[in-house]
Amino acid sequence: MLKDLFSKRRKYASLPSEQSKIDVPEGLMQKCRGCNKIYYRKEMKKSLSVCPNCGYHHPMTAWERIDSLFDEGSFQEWDKGITSGNPLGFPGYEEKIAKDREKTALNEGVVTGKGTIADHPVAFAVMDSSFRMGSMGSAMGEKIARAIENAKEESIPFIIFTASGGARMQEGVLSLMQMAKTSIAIKRFSDAGGLMISVMTHPTTGGVSASFASIGDYNFAEPGALIGFAGRRIIEQTIREKLPDDFQTAEFQLKHGQLDKVIHRHDMKELLSKLVAMHRREVK
Amino acid sequence: MNQILEFEKPIVNLREKINELKNFTENSEIDLTAEIETLEKRLAILENDIYGNLKPWDRVQMARHPMRPTTKDYIDKLFTDFIEFHGDRFFGDDEAIVAGIAYYNEMPVTVIGHQRGKDTKENIRRNFGMPHPEGYRKALRHMKQAEKFNRPIICFIDTKGAYPGRAAEERGQSEAIAKNLMEMAGLTVPIVCIVIGEGGSGGALALGVGDRILMLENSTYSVISPEGAAALLWKDAGLAQRAAETMKITSYDLKKLGIVDHIIPEPKGGAHRNLEQQAAYMDEVLKQSLANLQSSTEDELIEKRWEKYKQMGEFEII
Repeated sequence: MLKDLFSKRRKYASLPSEQSKIDVPEGLMQKCRGCNKIYYRKEMKKSLSVCPNCGYHHPMTAWERIDSLFDEGSFQEWDKGITSGNPLGFPGYEEKIAKDREKTALNEGVVTGKGTIADHPVAFAVMDSSFRMGSMGSAMGEKIARAIENAKEESIPFIIFTASGGARMQEGVLSLMQMAKTSIAIKRFSDAGGLMISVMTHPTTGGVSASFASIGDYNFAEPGALIGFAGRRIIEQTIREKLPDDFQTAEFQLKHGQLDKVIHRHDMKELLSKLVAMHRREVK
Repeated sequence: MNQILEFEKPIVNLREKINELKNFTENSEIDLTAEIETLEKRLAILENDIYGNLKPWDRVQMARHPMRPTTKDYIDKLFTDFIEFHGDRFFGDDEAIVAGIAYYNEMPVTVIGHQRGKDTKENIRRNFGMPHPEGYRKALRHMKQAEKFNRPIICFIDTKGAYPGRAAEERGQSEAIAKNLMEMAGLTVPIVCIVIGEGGSGGALALGVGDRILMLENSTYSVISPEGAAALLWKDAGLAQRAAETMKITSYDLKKLGIVDHIIPEPKGGAHRNLEQQAAYMDEVLKQSLANLQSSTEDELIEKRWEKYKQMGEFEII
């Protein structure tokens, strides 16, 4: 179920095309997930992993995102050392965490900290879907709650980029409670007059979409991002009907009144800095 | 329609045998009183043995028992003059959640709870207790009203989870759940949440941010159903029994994890065996919880609520 969120959304059952058979040298070239065109990896990175041909927004790592938004050298990371334990003693969980830590060079699926965007100081959290599918367990909940508390202390806006398959199954109900913990933190921040901006990137589902991701003062998304609570397959099984292709996309959510705006990645920094500037005030 | 659960079968079989012998004794010359007594002693031991050592999966079965008392059963037993109110004022009325006001020991309170049906027809009307966004929004509307009129809030949690349907997504169930979590954090009146059956995922949590979290002994509270967890983690829904153990979803597990404040004991064999007794057990804990909370100021309530949730979770620092 969860895994489906991360595979390409297929419109048709397709046979491998001639194009996809082309041997792509690892590391040098990158194939667009949207249109299958092949680009130099460098070229794709320069365009912030947005396909120059079809505009498909590929996932960014947490640090690529930070580099794309923050004034150079301004970002200071918070709570880098917080990582997942194994509170339920779940078999094989520690190994999975260790593997992803090695793979991503992160200690957890979210990076938090502060920096300046066009000279405006902001507190920031960015999730990385390559770490346990960006799923939220205790460590992630703690980091996000602390970042929000820090934003409150320092009277600066809080911006979060979400990318998550939902709750971290291996931490059971403790993961569920992180939804409450982060949402309460946001309430406190909001009551103090803090500005919170949520930007949902592909995918933002389950417990993350049903907590902090959806309760920003502004809720944005990147084009084509999958956003929703329940998984497509389980809904199809429940209602016994085929869902439209655009179901739970950013555009679908915009149409249904759940988003303020869908923002192209190339316009992101400018819009965020404008928005932060328009809310400049001393927090109560 | 007193449905027998798998693990209860040895008890039921033995009881049947005892009844047979009793009938036989009554209708014949042969006196089996001594044998019956021996068997009844054995039955008592067997009952203690089985009900005293319930496995997580047994408790899952208990929590899902079709005869298990629902929110409305407890409302009838614990409160007086309950008046139900409907609608979220945006879209409709979700009968998977009931909400209203009542007296609890002469004090007006707001009562909100997931509501399963007692039969198929009612279950269809109530969508098996699985809310749509309008359910959460109705709940929040009543919570805000409780705050305005300074009434404590009592939430009964009893749902498999949020309804995984198209309409629920279109009407923003993520936002509806998230909004409740956020707003419940700031309510200036005491909130007591009681898990009475299944506490399933976000649909349960949307009524579950409170000052006291109570749980019936044989209820469960989890991020996903055991079947869902098994399918997701091991690609085999048949491993649900194992998942029920690994995922730590019983009241005892949650107490240990620091999520639940009190476990409310159940009568032997489960809440459905004796609603009267169950309600009395619940009454005792609820009364105490509310009494403890009533002495707090509004600011204290909110601050302590944050402290409570802030400490939830276990992580490491390297």
